[in-house]
Amino acid sequence: MSILTGHDNRLAMANPRLPKHEIAGLAGTSFKHQHLPAILADDAPGGFFEVHAENYMGAGGMPHAALARIREDFPVSLHGVCMSIGGPQPLDKSHLARFKGLVERYEPALVSEHLAWSTHETTFYNDLLPLPYTEATVARVAGHIDEVQDTIGRRLLLENPSTYVAFPSSTMSETAFIRELVKRTGCGLLLDVNNVFVSATNQGYSALAYLSDFPLADVGEIHLAGHAEQQDDEGELLLIDSHDGPVADAVWKLYELVIARAGPIPTLIEWDSAIPDWPVLKREATAAQAILDRHAPATPQEKIRARA
Amino acid sequence: MHAPSEMPAAPIDISGSYAAGFVPSLLDPERRTPSLVSGPNGKAAVKRFNVYRNNVTVSLIEALAATFPATMRITGETFFRAMARFHVRETPPTSPLLFEYGRDFPDFIARYDYAQSMPWLADVARIERAWLDAYHAADAPALAPDALASVPPERLGDAVFECHPAARIVRSAYPAATIFAVNRASGPVGPIETSAPESALIARPQLDVTVRQLSPGADVLLSQLLAGAPLAMAATAAAAADPTLDLAAVIATALDAGAFTAIHHGG
Repeated sequence: MSILTGHDNRLAMANPRLPKHEIAGLAGTSFKHQHLPAILADDAPGGFFEVHAENYMGAGGMPHAALARIREDFPVSLHGVCMSIGGPQPLDKSHLARFKGLVERYEPALVSEHLAWSTHETTFYNDLLPLPYTEATVARVAGHIDEVQDTIGRRLLLENPSTYVAFPSSTMSETAFIRELVKRTGCGLLLDVNNVFVSATNQGYSALAYLSDFPLADVGEIHLAGHAEQQDDEGELLLIDSHDGPVADAVWKLYELVIARAGPIPTLIEWDSAIPDWPVLKREATAAQAILDRHAPATPQEKIRARA
Repeated sequence: MHAPSEMPAAPIDISGSYAAGFVPSLLDPERRTPSLVSGPNGKAAVKRFNVYRNNVTVSLIEALAATFPATMRITGETFFRAMARFHVRETPPTSPLLFEYGRDFPDFIARYDYAQSMPWLADVARIERAWLDAYHAADAPALAPDALASVPPERLGDAVFECHPAARIVRSAYPAATIFAVNRASGPVGPIETSAPESALIARPQLDVTVRQLSPGADVLLSQLLAGAPLAMAATAAAAADPTLDLAAVIATALDAGAFTAIHHGG
């Protein structure tokens, strides 16, 4: 990657104002370093790129050089994976400070985290673990979201999880829980349509009913990803949120329903394992962009053209 | 096999009981599915909970495999994953930053029964761990290779070098740097012709990490210099290891590697 030099990196860090790139109505992809040369050589690489915040919490080197280079030309979405917002214990203050540092350094167009937990006591489990939906947990999670938003000084988008188990102790539905969080904290939402499909299948409810009950007006970003199929103890379908393949047809159908109802929301193709070459990933984003464009409000010029 | 009654009771914390009740079974395959979870509509949750178990263990094994690719190439994937699984269960990460994980893995390898026939394997892993630290280290301009020329000869003994944030030395009683180099590269691995002790100088003056081989006296000299010892003191220590060491050549190697950011001399 001869385009990247330490010199470029220092220039990017010294730049007091990063360009503001508009993200509205765009489809994007996960940013993988192995794709950088292909992205920079691509005449029309697409809309925006999303990174996992934790991968950029080192002090320097290639990760920051690559992200700084991408950030020059594209809107970036900063997606936290390990904040453990859904956990019972207080947030890790040093992790929160690192997260804030990335928000300040890269001025991302979108900032998101998960309704899940991954750390308990001092052990980090590196998975998005589930929580029961109760009055006690909604209060705790709302407090964590307030703390993140106060620290970073902007609205956080919270992502709905994919789940494999249920908690008999839950007293409210996931959508009721999420609505309550939005009401209490003013946070936005990252609607992962694949997660809706995975959880609905695994939990035995209707994905359409879930989406009807989901506060779409507060959704600032959408995720689409591939899933894998396994079987539960009863030999019935259990879907795994694997991010290792193309988006399933059923998820594309749900996605188009959401966009038809809510308008063109920035949409990300997530692909984190068995990562394909750039053209394959780009093709998925192009398919999402076509759906977004179909439902974009017509510009005044287009209206005039349509009339003529 | 632990019976549930033998398990230590989770701390009593009503709001936190879901996490405390969930985690003991995540890394312990002998434990039952936690009773606080179920499948929907009365379905069982054994395979469902196993998805989380699998995600946790496999993703952490893969994190180690990504950090220690030469180590895995030497052992083979099956051996490596079995060894990594033991380590993940014994020492799971304590930081959400996965690139910080694996600091205890070389020591684990050194005492792992099935790796005793490869006494150099832990040192290869130490080089790989240092490689990742160098990869993520802070950016800093390296000292120019001719910087030593600016020091008056009578001040050379007092000269103190400033260590580049990425620079590290891994010392080994085995040819660990050579074994690392041939197994980290993508080409075929031929026979290794040396059995001499070697250490490794890991550096990253720009974006690419480099690993250079050091002789036993050279590693003493550079370890002292990177730790901030004046040149004369470092040279004395190095001479004890190798009286014939070419000090100028070793310092030139370190400067060329970008191991220093500055040089200070008294006055």
